[in-house]
Amino acid sequence: MPSTPSSADFVAAEAVARHFDVSKPWLSRTIERSPRVFLKAVDGVSFSLAKGETLALVGESGCGKSTVARLVVGLYRPTSGRVLFDGLDLTGLPAAERTRSRRRMQMIFQDPYASLNPRWRVRDIVAEPLRAFELTKGRAEQDERVGDLLSQVGLSPADGEKYPHEFSGGQRQRISIARALSSNPEFLVCDEPTSALDVSVQAQILNLMRDLQEKLGLTYLFISHNLAAVRHISDRVGVMYLGRIVEIADSETLFSAPRHPYTQMLLDAIPDLAMSGHVREPMGGEVPNPLDPPAGCHFHPRCPFANARCRAETPALRRYGAAEAACHAVEEGRI
Amino acid sequence: MRGWRDSDLWHSFTRSRITVAAAAIAGGMVLAAFLAPVIAPYDPFDLASLDLLDAHIPPVWSEDGEARFPIGTDDQGRDLLSAILYGARISIGVGIASVLLSLFVGVGLGLVSGYAGGRVDAFIMRVADIQLSFPAILIALLVNGVLRGVLPSERQDDLAIYVLVLSIGISGWVQYARTVRGSTLVEKNKEYVQAARLIGISSASIMLRHILPNAMGPVLVIATIHLAVAVITEATLSFLGIGVPPTEPSLGTLIRIGNDFLFSGEWWVTIFPGVTLAVLVLSVNLLGDWLRDALNPKLR
Amino acid sequence: MIAFTLRRLMQSVVVILFVALIAFSMFRFVGDPVHQMVGIETTLEQRAALRERLGLNDPFHVQFARYIAKAAQLDFGISYQHKKPVTELLGARFPATFELAMVSALFALAVGVPMGVFTGLYRESWLSKVFMAVSLAGISLPTFLIGILLIFIFSVTLGVMPSFGRGETVDLGGWTTGMLTASGLQALVMPAITLGLFQMTLIMRLVRSEMLEVLRTDYIKFARARGLSNRAVHFGHALKNTLVPVITITGLQLGGIIAFAIITETVFQWPGMGLLFLQSIQTVDIPIMAAYLMLIAFLFVAINLAVDLLYYVVDPRLRLDRGAAW
Repeated sequence: MPSTPSSADFVAAEAVARHFDVSKPWLSRTIERSPRVFLKAVDGVSFSLAKGETLALVGESGCGKSTVARLVVGLYRPTSGRVLFDGLDLTGLPAAERTRSRRRMQMIFQDPYASLNPRWRVRDIVAEPLRAFELTKGRAEQDERVGDLLSQVGLSPADGEKYPHEFSGGQRQRISIARALSSNPEFLVCDEPTSALDVSVQAQILNLMRDLQEKLGLTYLFISHNLAAVRHISDRVGVMYLGRIVEIADSETLFSAPRHPYTQMLLDAIPDLAMSGHVREPMGGEVPNPLDPPAGCHFHPRCPFANARCRAETPALRRYGAAEAACHAVEEGRI
Repeated sequence: MRGWRDSDLWHSFTRSRITVAAAAIAGGMVLAAFLAPVIAPYDPFDLASLDLLDAHIPPVWSEDGEARFPIGTDDQGRDLLSAILYGARISIGVGIASVLLSLFVGVGLGLVSGYAGGRVDAFIMRVADIQLSFPAILIALLVNGVLRGVLPSERQDDLAIYVLVLSIGISGWVQYARTVRGSTLVEKNKEYVQAARLIGISSASIMLRHILPNAMGPVLVIATIHLAVAVITEATLSFLGIGVPPTEPSLGTLIRIGNDFLFSGEWWVTIFPGVTLAVLVLSVNLLGDWLRDALNPKLR
Repeated sequence: MIAFTLRRLMQSVVVILFVALIAFSMFRFVGDPVHQMVGIETTLEQRAALRERLGLNDPFHVQFARYIAKAAQLDFGISYQHKKPVTELLGARFPATFELAMVSALFALAVGVPMGVFTGLYRESWLSKVFMAVSLAGISLPTFLIGILLIFIFSVTLGVMPSFGRGETVDLGGWTTGMLTASGLQALVMPAITLGLFQMTLIMRLVRSEMLEVLRTDYIKFARARGLSNRAVHFGHALKNTLVPVITITGLQLGGIIAFAIITETVFQWPGMGLLFLQSIQTVDIPIMAAYLMLIAFLFVAINLAVDLLYYVVDPRLRLDRGAAW
């Protein structure tokens, strides 16, 4: 799949960037002669998804992957670049058409304790999209649909009467999924849906998501820092570092033959029984201050292969077999 | 969360004997005040029933007391007990109305301020800061003075109660606004709000249906304590002679009327309304203190 | 530091201008200034001429600028009721209010701090419980009711205290003081207590909670471990550390005292600015109301600014903007 998305793709991000203004107040800036400061949370990210596919974005916290999720669903407006959904840029659409497209995409959030309004009954939470998009007529039909949705995610229709605090984290995430499914979406953005859950529950939720994908033909954008979960669910994986995608490849290729030094470092950090006894490279250094990222390749201070070019020139994504990576060392054949 | 909180509240309530007593007294007084037309022996507003010969009668246990007037009469021959019951009704009514006005204005502005952010927020909060640097009583006095200047003088007595509610209400919105803004800033970044925004729910609907129910806890505490403050402010304004007119006296008006007779030894006309006011305010304050501590374990 | 000071100064100026705008709007739009100044027999032409001469036909911002310029020279116009310059009226009454406010602040400190220390050190003592109950009453009881109670007990029943006025005063070149005569001092007692009671309870509760807080800290435990006497620990270490917030609060409350003096002055018929202000509200004497508002605003802003800057100097951790007073 080429890195420049074509309009035939179901969902596409085209050089999307999002900068946050984190400058000091105007007066302090003027007196201290300090410049405006921008946090480049997402700095020109491109990818595309075909229908029915699962793309995962992985990276350490603060790399901008959650911002990408919010840009894709339209919770943030991009500073530059655009997001296409079924060939349409939602930011420019008239309200009625935007609503129609919005129904087709939904999001599952990271924190099951913050993503459900604690003052609402579960049935009202799940029914909110039904009411917003006027998908059901009358109370009876709505209640029936909510009951179906709850059964579909492995809860009982009677659970609709309860409040969120009466459920465990895993059950709450099922409620989140039921809410997301209620508007019959085709595309789900999942922002670290399992990272707040116990390991045993994580697998259940991931399996549920995979079953639903099979049954309903869903397309997933799966944001995670958990490589095991990513391997379990995704067709393709993009690796992010400080607002940029450094490598993107199909799951099989990425996990068996990582190209980018950062990807290799991430994979090395996974505890693996088969590799016990193997001397692992320690994860070198800290993530730099995102307000003042290193010049050139952002990863160069931590990279064992960095040279003068890496410190000066930003590498672009290039294709190497089944993978694409943004790395001068790979390009020059130094790795 | 509601389930355990309610039971926890109830537990903490029954454990504090002072709070139970305060609740009983405050509840009793509010009830008696609102049932004044039913339980009061006389109608003190009915000028035809007043007899100047009944004026200046001391309480029943004094030498010149009469059983008809258990705690005496004022200079117009009004039965003091009835006047206090009706007066408390006006005081509490004005207090509750003012609190509701402050609450609506403050909660509304706080929600908008916190949710909209940016210039709207900066403007509302600057105004709040400025108002907060003045005591509420001064704001109420000023609003009162301005309204009197604007209104035609012949209508002022009819409108006095509304003027009073408006002055006290405007003087008290800041606390609500600041608190609700704080909660809104926290809530609006929670993912359930994003989930609602995602499906195109309007800002107004998100503020009212999602954020507001989660921001109401501290508002109730403020409202309880504010009720005591509002009753004091009403009494103070009426005492200063710029509150309700003497034809429909509140507790503050009664104290002012009685103050003129204090030196002739007619202490009861001032002292009984004064004690009523003090007990009412004290018990509401105790309730508010308890509610604040009970809802915020960190303060205990 | 420069940015903080500048921002704080700018905020203060904005506040003053905002209050001035309110004061000016009151002055200009509540009632008709011309109507208040002339008699019934004045003709329409004369009124129009006066209107022009007063500049009431100028654009709003010109009039506002003129109002500010005059206010900066302490010219707030002529009182509708008294037909005298407002500045003169307020100036004549300022000493009475100032003396009352100062004495009640002193009273609040002199009684509140020891009570706070005592209740902080001996939490379980019955006297502490009495103090706490008294403080609750001090916060709950309206100021005017306390004044009336004092009058009832000491003036009416016991007959030992004057119930109104300032007593004999001495004129010290335009500053009338009641501090130099026996009757003046006696007349000051009950109003000062009435006015200071609320601040006293506030200070007492503050000192108490600060003492409790400080006594729990490690350096106090360490001082005890070094074998210092209780007395040295309590007063040399603990109390000293509670004083910064106490001074701050007292400073911030000074403005409040002057505002609450309105009520106390009414109860005791104390001839101060508050009484004048109250009379101006009853008679809708806008120039006095506007001037009093500006005066109080200026006092509040000046005190807040001073306290904020002091705080900044004393405690460099406070780089963040503190909220305004209470």
